[in-house]
Amino acid sequence: MKPILEVENLRVSFPAPRGRVEVVKGINFSLGAERLGIVGESGSGKSMTGRSILRLIQRPGRVTADRLQFEEVDILSASDRQMRAVRGARISMVMQDPKFSLNPVITIGDQIAEGLVAHRRLPRAQVKEKTLEMLRAVRIADPEKVVKLYPHQVSGGMGQRVMIAMMLIPEPTLLIADEPTSALDVSVQAQVLDIIDELIRRNNMGLILISHDLLLVSAYCDRILVMRNGEVVDECAARDLAASTHPYTRGLLAAMPHLNETRDELPMLDRRSQAT
Amino acid sequence: MNILEISDLNVSYGTSQVVHDVSFSVKEGEIFALCGESGSGKSTILRAIAGLATEWTGAISVLGRARERGLSARFASECQMVFQDPYASLHPRKTIDATLSEPLRIHRVAGNHGDRIEEVLDSVGLDRRFRFRFPHQLSGGQRQRVAIARALMLQPRLLLLDEPTSALDVSVQAEVLNLLKKLRREQGLTYVMVTHSMPVISFLCDRLAVMRHGRVVETADVEQLKADRMTDPYSQELVALSRGRPDQKSEKTQ
Repeated sequence: MKPILEVENLRVSFPAPRGRVEVVKGINFSLGAERLGIVGESGSGKSMTGRSILRLIQRPGRVTADRLQFEEVDILSASDRQMRAVRGARISMVMQDPKFSLNPVITIGDQIAEGLVAHRRLPRAQVKEKTLEMLRAVRIADPEKVVKLYPHQVSGGMGQRVMIAMMLIPEPTLLIADEPTSALDVSVQAQVLDIIDELIRRNNMGLILISHDLLLVSAYCDRILVMRNGEVVDECAARDLAASTHPYTRGLLAAMPHLNETRDELPMLDRRSQAT
Repeated sequence: MNILEISDLNVSYGTSQVVHDVSFSVKEGEIFALCGESGSGKSTILRAIAGLATEWTGAISVLGRARERGLSARFASECQMVFQDPYASLHPRKTIDATLSEPLRIHRVAGNHGDRIEEVLDSVGLDRRFRFRFPHQLSGGQRQRVAIARALMLQPRLLLLDEPTSALDVSVQAEVLNLLKKLRREQGLTYVMVTHSMPVISFLCDRLAVMRHGRVVETADVEQLKADRMTDPYSQELVALSRGRPDQKSEKTQ
């Protein structure tokens, strides 16, 4: 399998009063047409990893890598113009909260079409048809009505489905989903992830799913990277997650309450080793 | 003794009624959970008890006294609320010390405020060196501890918890859940907690009410939840959703 994305020794740093602080400390992975999960706690560098792939980290943040290759594009040396052709069209990103990532003054139909119009010249009728088709693909029942609505008129789960439609309409080869469901209810979460899953499989795309929820990632990914303090501490196939022997992964799994909980106290991670 | 009794509660915001005919009671020392999806009215019930939602009919009584609408000093010393997002519920320009001493000042509590603050910081497991820091210098879990400490300052007997851990990481969630359990054991507190996480209920709570569209569809013991013996179809669905995630979704879609 030819990799879509290759990352070698990726480092992200930000200036701090006492020199630069590295938030991603040299991580390596490659991704084919598969579903990769990145899990970790807040501050582990998982979102920074996702953002640096799209070159969304701006100064004073600094991204370095021995290799950051997306298909034929070398992301670190590409011009801004080349990056604009990649972003949205070939790599797209679903962010956490639809309330903040949809434009409140543009109708849903126009927002979805924007991704298409920005990258390709198409007759208006065809744009409209594709928009409706995309909304149906994310299981929105009445797309003709929904295209005319504004973001505040739809629920959170529907907003997130609109985001997904918007991100997938230019048919990208890689989708980065950064906590796509943490702002949603449990009942809507499964729906949204099922939709992402189905579209990824149908279009033979790569997926990077970034989340702090181990169970969710293990249910929707093929492979999992566990990050802590900017480093990848554990890597395993999703189905082997429960059998992982790494102490940090075990700690995260143990800290979650179960539906049939019998423990009187939940084990906590030892933070002292981290506070350096 | 029932520390909280609610009967036939209806709550509206303007012209839309969001809670319909809700009745339940909570015994002293119990942890009672309200669960359901967004918009089911669970947080609104807490807001009505706390006096933040004032358009309600029915009866709410706390510690045997009927609750009037709105805020009152006496009620605040008996019942306090902890909000979901510790990043939003602490004043960014006040030190932890100022945040914690404010309730004491408002209620004109006599005695040494500094001692009380250090005592409460100890009980929520925060080091005393945090006392003169600002919220931005604290992590999410530490902030939620401060929010809980603030609620405990006046030694209330009932705490209303609105999704106290849903903005936190799993490992931090474990710390806060353990803390809540410890505080109940040590101080005999009663909690009414809003959450959408069934595993959290299973760990922490004694009884739960499942809500949908502003109505309680089922009230059950946590043992029923653990044994998967919820009777209402909607509650069963919620339980199945939180149980269903680990089994591989991929097989279904293939």
